[in-house]
Amino acid sequence: MTQAAITEHHTPVEETSTGLNNRKLLMWAFLGSDVMFFGAFIATYLVYRGKSLVGPYPSEVLNIPITTVSTFVLLMSSLAMVLALHYVKEGEKNKGTLWILAVVVLGAIFMGFQFVEFREFAHLGLTPRTNIFGTTFFILTGIHGAHVTIGVIWMAFLAYSSNNGALRSDNALDLEIAGLYWHFVDIVWIVIFTVIYLISANDAPPPGMETITH
Amino acid sequence: MTTNALTFPRFFPRPQSETGIWGWIGTVDHKRIGTLYGITSFLWFLIAGVEALLIRVQLSSAENTFIGPEFYNQLFTMHGTTMVFLVIMPLSAAFFNWLIPLQIGARDVAFPRLNALSYWVFLFGSLIMNAGWLTGDAPNGGWFGYAPNSGVTFNPGLGMTYWVVGLNILGVASIAAGLNFIVTIMNMRAPGMSMFKMPVFTWMTLITSVLLVLAMPILAVAGIQLQTDRVYGTHFFNSLAGGDPVMWQHIFWLFGHPEVYILILPAMGIVSEVLPTFSRKPLFGYPFVVFAGIVIGFMGWFVWSHHMFTVGLGPAANTAFAMSTMLIAVPTGVKIFNWIGTLWRGNIQLNTAMLFSISFIAMFTIGGLSGVMHASPPTDSQQQDTYFVVAHFHYVLVGGALLGIFSGIYFWWPKFTGWFLNEKLGIANWALMMIGFNLQFGPQHWLGMDGMPRRIYTYAENMGWEGSNLAASIGGFILGLGILLFIINMIYSRMNKKVAPADPWDGRTLEWSTSSPPPVHDFDEVPQVKYRDDFWFKKHPETISEYYHNEHDLEIEEAAPAPSHDAEEHGDDHGGHGGIHLPDKSYYPFILGVGIAIFGIGFLTNTYVIAAGVPIFIWGMLGWSMEPVNDPT
Repeated sequence: MTQAAITEHHTPVEETSTGLNNRKLLMWAFLGSDVMFFGAFIATYLVYRGKSLVGPYPSEVLNIPITTVSTFVLLMSSLAMVLALHYVKEGEKNKGTLWILAVVVLGAIFMGFQFVEFREFAHLGLTPRTNIFGTTFFILTGIHGAHVTIGVIWMAFLAYSSNNGALRSDNALDLEIAGLYWHFVDIVWIVIFTVIYLISANDAPPPGMETITH
Repeated sequence: MTTNALTFPRFFPRPQSETGIWGWIGTVDHKRIGTLYGITSFLWFLIAGVEALLIRVQLSSAENTFIGPEFYNQLFTMHGTTMVFLVIMPLSAAFFNWLIPLQIGARDVAFPRLNALSYWVFLFGSLIMNAGWLTGDAPNGGWFGYAPNSGVTFNPGLGMTYWVVGLNILGVASIAAGLNFIVTIMNMRAPGMSMFKMPVFTWMTLITSVLLVLAMPILAVAGIQLQTDRVYGTHFFNSLAGGDPVMWQHIFWLFGHPEVYILILPAMGIVSEVLPTFSRKPLFGYPFVVFAGIVIGFMGWFVWSHHMFTVGLGPAANTAFAMSTMLIAVPTGVKIFNWIGTLWRGNIQLNTAMLFSISFIAMFTIGGLSGVMHASPPTDSQQQDTYFVVAHFHYVLVGGALLGIFSGIYFWWPKFTGWFLNEKLGIANWALMMIGFNLQFGPQHWLGMDGMPRRIYTYAENMGWEGSNLAASIGGFILGLGILLFIINMIYSRMNKKVAPADPWDGRTLEWSTSSPPPVHDFDEVPQVKYRDDFWFKKHPETISEYYHNEHDLEIEEAAPAPSHDAEEHGDDHGGHGGIHLPDKSYYPFILGVGIAIFGIGFLTNTYVIAAGVPIFIWGMLGWSMEPVNDPT
C-alpha cells in the first residue's frame, strides 16, 4: 500500500466553531427552508379546502385504505434508513447496502402507488385543471413526489457507493445527511396524509352536485 | 487514490488559470465571486436607473406622450424588480462574499463551489428576467405581480412568464447563498470569536441569511402557482373556479415583508461598522443593536397584511397587523438611537463613507416615520396606491439601503482594490445624490397626499401636479449625475492608483488586519480573537480598560478558550500557500448553473428544451459530487 492510499483513509477531524459538521448544518438549514416551501403549499390547500365549484370532490375520489398502505410503506422506508445507517456505521458493508436498497425499493413502491393514484384520479375525471381541489391536490402531492424521487435517486447512488466500498463507516456522514432529508420527506408526507386524506376524506359534494356514481 | 473510490470521468482538466475568462468561470474564491456580484449588480443598477429616468421624463409634464402606457407598465415593473432582486440584494451579496470570511477570520466560505453556483444562477436568472426587453415582451405586471392581473387571461404573452421564471431561478441563487452564509458564520469563526464578539455586519448578514432561507421558498411557491396557472391551466388564482386572488397577495407579502428586511439589514450592518470607525469609539449598545436586528428578523414575519389594509380582511386582522407594524418600529428606533449614541461625543471624521452613513440615519428615519403612518389602517386607506407610498419606500430603499451600500463601497473600496477612491469626487457624489434624491422623492409625499395614484403613465393638466412632478424629474437627473460622478471616481481610482495601506481608517474589525487587497488565502495566520473589536484593542491596548470596566468581565475575557488550529498544525505543505489548504477551482458550478438556466428557458419556450437541460444538470451534479474539493497531490 502506498503512502497516498493510507492517507486517503485518514479523514482529518473537522474543527468548526459549533462542533457541528458543515454539511450537516447545511442540510438542517435547508430543511428549514423546505418547511416554508411545503408550508405555503399546505396552507394553500387548507385555505382552498371545500372551495371547488365542480366535481369530482374529495370524498368521491380519495381512497383511504390504499393510501394508508402507501403511507405505511413510506414509514417503513424510514425504518430501513435507520438500519442502513446503523450497519454502515458498524462497517457491515453487505447489510448496509441491503438496507439502503430497501430504502430505494420502498421509496419506489411509494412512487408507484402515487403514479397509480394519479392515473386513477385522471380516469375519474380529476386533473389539475378540473377544479380547485385538483389544482391544490396534484401540485402539493406532486411536489412531494418530486422530493421522494430525488431521494430515491440519491439513495440509489449511495447504495452503489456502499456496494463499491466508497461509502464506509468513516464517511457514514454522507448517508446520515441523506437520511436527514429522507426522514424529513417522510414527515412531510405524514402531514399531507393527515391534511389531504384524513381530514378531507369526507368533503362530499353539495347535494345534487355528485359527479361520480359508484 | 484507492481503487474502490468512485470516480467520474473528467472531460477537461481542473481549471488552473488565475486570469482571463476561464479563471473567472472556474473561480471559487469568495473575493472574486464578490467582485463578480458587485460588477453584475452595478450594471443592472445602471439599467434600472435608466428605466427610472425614462419614467421621470414621461411624468415631468401633464399628458406627456414621450412613452405610451404599455411601455410605461414594463418600465415600472422592471425598474422595481431589477432594483430589488438584481441590485440591492446582490450588492449586499457582494459585501457578504467579500467581507464575511475576512470579518470572521476564515479563509473562505464554508462551501466555495456552492458560492460560485449562487453567482452563476443569479447571473442567468437576471438575464432571463430581462430577456423580455429583447423580444419586446418585458414583464408588465408590477414587481408584486398581483394575480389575476399577472395571470394569462389579463396578461397574455410571455412578459410575466419571464418574470416568474426569472424570479424562481433567482430564488435558487438566494437560498443557496443564504444557506452558505449561515453555515459559514456559525461554523467558520476564528478561534475565540464567540457569537457576541462578531462584528455587527456579520450579525446582520446572519439574520439576513436566515430570512433569505425562510422567505425565498415562499416566493418560489407563489411563482410555481402563478406559473402553473399561466402555463398548465390550474386554478390557484382563478376566481371563476373558486380560486382567490387575495391568496396571491397573502403569499407574496408573506415573502415580501421579510424581503424588506433582507434589503435593509445589510445596510444597517454596514452603517454599524462605518459609524464606530469614524467616531473612534465602539458601537454604542452593541447587544441592543444585535438583538434589535434579531427582533426585526422575527417580527418581520407578522406584519405582511399591512400591505393589504384596503383588501377588506376585516377589523380584527387589520387591527392585529396595525399593532404588529407599529411594534416593529420599536427595534428599528432602538438601532437609530444606538447609532446616534455612537456619534455622541465621538471624535468624528467627516469623510465620504461617514457622510453617507450619517445621511442613512436621517433619510431612513424619514422613511421609517412615513412607514409608521401607513401602519394605521384608516390613514393607509388614504395613502394606498398613491405617490405617498412611492415616496415612503424610496426613502427606505434609496435613502436607507442604497446610501448604506454606498457608504460601504467608500469604506471598503481600499480593502477590495488596494486603492483609495477620491475624497473630493466622493463628497461631490454624496452631495449630488442627497440633493437629487430629496428633490425627487420629497415632493412625492405631497403628490401622494394630494391623491396622485401610482402606476399611471400620465395625469391631467388641471390636477395641479405638474410643478412637483417636474421637480421630482429634475431631482432624478441630479441623482443620476451623482451616480455618474461615482463611476468617474471608480475610473479615477483605477487610473490614479493611490495605494491604500492595510488599515487606512484605523479600523476595528479583522478585515483590516490583512493586506489591501487581501492575499488569496486572506490571512497568513488565522487570527486569535479575545475581544469584540479585537483588532482595535490589539492596536490600542491602552483603551481596553476604558471599555471593559469590570474586572470580572476581563477575567472572563482572559479565560476565553483560544484553541489553536493554525494552518501549520495540519500543514502538509502543499497547495503552494505555505501549507494553507485552499479549495481547488472547479467548472462544475458553472455547468450546473447552465443546466438550471436551460430549465428556465425551457419553461419559457418549449418543454423539450427542459429535457435538453437534464443531461447538463446531471453532468454538473455528478461531476460536482464526485470531484474532491481538493485533488490529492
